[in-house]
Amino acid sequence: MKRRQFNKLVTGLAAGVCLSALSTLSAQAADPLKVGFVYVGPIGDHGWSYQHDQGRKSVEAEFGDKVQTTYVENVAEGADAQRVIYNLAKTGHNLIFTTSFGFMNPTLKVAKQFPNVVFEHATGYKMAKNLGTYISKTFEGRYVAGYVASQVTKSNKIGYIASFPIPEVIRDINAVQLALNKYNPEAELKVIWVNSWFDPGKEADAANAMMDQGVDVILQHTDSPAAMQAAERRGIYAVGQASDMSSFGPHAHLLSVVDEWGPHYIRTVKAVMDGTWEAKANVEGMKEGSIVIPGFNESIPADVVTHAKELIAGIKDGSVYPFAGPIKNQAGELVVAEGERLNYEDLEKMNWYVEGITSEIPK
Amino acid sequence: MDIDLITNILYAMIRTGTPLLIVALGELVCEKSGVLNLGQEGMMLMGAVVGFIVTLLSGSLLLGFILAMVAGVLMSLIFGLITMELSANQVATGLALTIFGTGLSAFIGSEFVGKPIEGLDPVFIPVLTDLPIIGRMLFGQDLIVYLSFILFGAVYWFINYSRPGLVLKAVGENPHAANAIGLPVFKTRYLAIIFGGAMAGLAGGYLSLAYTPLWAENMSAGRGWIALALVVFASWKAERVLLGAWLFGLASILHLVFQGLGFAVSPNLLAILPYLATVVVLVILSSNQTRSRLVAPMSLGNPFHARG
Repeated sequence: MKRRQFNKLVTGLAAGVCLSALSTLSAQAADPLKVGFVYVGPIGDHGWSYQHDQGRKSVEAEFGDKVQTTYVENVAEGADAQRVIYNLAKTGHNLIFTTSFGFMNPTLKVAKQFPNVVFEHATGYKMAKNLGTYISKTFEGRYVAGYVASQVTKSNKIGYIASFPIPEVIRDINAVQLALNKYNPEAELKVIWVNSWFDPGKEADAANAMMDQGVDVILQHTDSPAAMQAAERRGIYAVGQASDMSSFGPHAHLLSVVDEWGPHYIRTVKAVMDGTWEAKANVEGMKEGSIVIPGFNESIPADVVTHAKELIAGIKDGSVYPFAGPIKNQAGELVVAEGERLNYEDLEKMNWYVEGITSEIPK
Repeated sequence: MDIDLITNILYAMIRTGTPLLIVALGELVCEKSGVLNLGQEGMMLMGAVVGFIVTLLSGSLLLGFILAMVAGVLMSLIFGLITMELSANQVATGLALTIFGTGLSAFIGSEFVGKPIEGLDPVFIPVLTDLPIIGRMLFGQDLIVYLSFILFGAVYWFINYSRPGLVLKAVGENPHAANAIGLPVFKTRYLAIIFGGAMAGLAGGYLSLAYTPLWAENMSAGRGWIALALVVFASWKAERVLLGAWLFGLASILHLVFQGLGFAVSPNLLAILPYLATVVVLVILSSNQTRSRLVAPMSLGNPFHARG
């Protein structure tokens, strides 16, 4: 609590100083579009908030002095968030991005108070005239990662370090299992829940525990590169999450599924500038450049890389869809019939494992 | 479970317990002198960030560890000055130190997030490493783990069998009486605080240089607090601190191993196991109320005013 307030105080002071300095400077020039960002974590997490901040920087790079960005990090979800968002709106920000699920209601409340300010909330589902949402389809990247993992594993044991049993995480585990079912049904997916988004020590412990049990490819849905490092040390493969983790495991790094928020932010800023922005739910993935796989490990066989690239191309043009039927659940019951697809609303609520996963979802 | 798995679990148990053990030993000595420093988390993070940056820039792990300890010491001196010279409340000062260390380490380290270094490698002791089951656990670790064994022995001997250890305890029990018979209360408490800082810095360095060789904001993830709790539950006995730290390590590892093996136990339940197991065992050990009240340093948390 105290630390957060301290951080906020510092950020607030710094922002205040910058703002007043900038406003005197730019008094003569055309007023820049003021864009505010609210982050749930520190920008130094090399994960979720870090990637959002990279997006903010690409907005600055794209628009130069036509925009002026402000960010507030380490904002607690809840009432505190409302105050932060309110302050941003009050200080003349024209466009405000709130980047965590728990900011949904605070954003909605403030959006009603400031009908002339544009709001966008990441990963939520509530909208208003001046409030849109955006989320990226990480499962598209996981599916490709699952395919590559299924091809390079020798022990046929693949590990998945999971954070919390929420639909987004369950969905991505399923995407990997569906790739295994299709490309290497012999492979077994071991899921370990660490009950944390970010704890490098624990993530490394989980990776080591998996490797002790013969796992030779590790995927993760947690934010630190510790598992990648552990994999590098023991000479096996791992898949990076959220940001490019290749520097943590030059040999181990198969690929990273990177969240690029920049393209969406740039598009949105442009739309607001042009007056063409409208409130909608932006669900973006590989096609929109929001999910990116920057490169493949050189040791992956060429035909595997070729097919992985075909998958990416297929996902982009819509011919490949991980959650296309037939899909069975763990009990072997057909949930999605041949020819049907789970749409995004279904995936938002996913609380069941697909066939092939042997463990249970924690209750 | 086969032998290999058990060997690996025991190995990981020590590794996981080591940072806790090191911090807790430092805090134990500190508290024995009657000073309660709640700034462990902040000092650890400062040790972690300084150690990481130094190693990244110099390429020397040794220098990294040394300066990690120096960072911890400097942080503890801030605490020392405020609580000893200004007689400020120790609890409040310690909390402030944690907040300060967390923020400052994030600030210093912001340019170094996402940079990899070569971490500390294990040193296998010939022949002994190949012993079944315990070989890897005791003789296949890295140097800091071996150092933690030595540190434990040294602290254990110091507190229980050495004359300066007696002075330390006297100061912690009753600083006024100690002062009256001419024992250097201020010096003793300062040295204890500095030792605590050095250990916290070392443990932080262990995290960012050996355990997971990277820097990330708030990477200690509460280990400083766990170590603080360990000291209390261990009723200020070095051997129980060792037991508690390793037990915590074991339970942390088991919770992950069981999931991997597909045990149908709720991971949430397993996740509380480390805390539960450690608390239960140490509470049972110190269940004798009167005795445990006697083992807590009598003047713990009280500032000492009389000077000269």
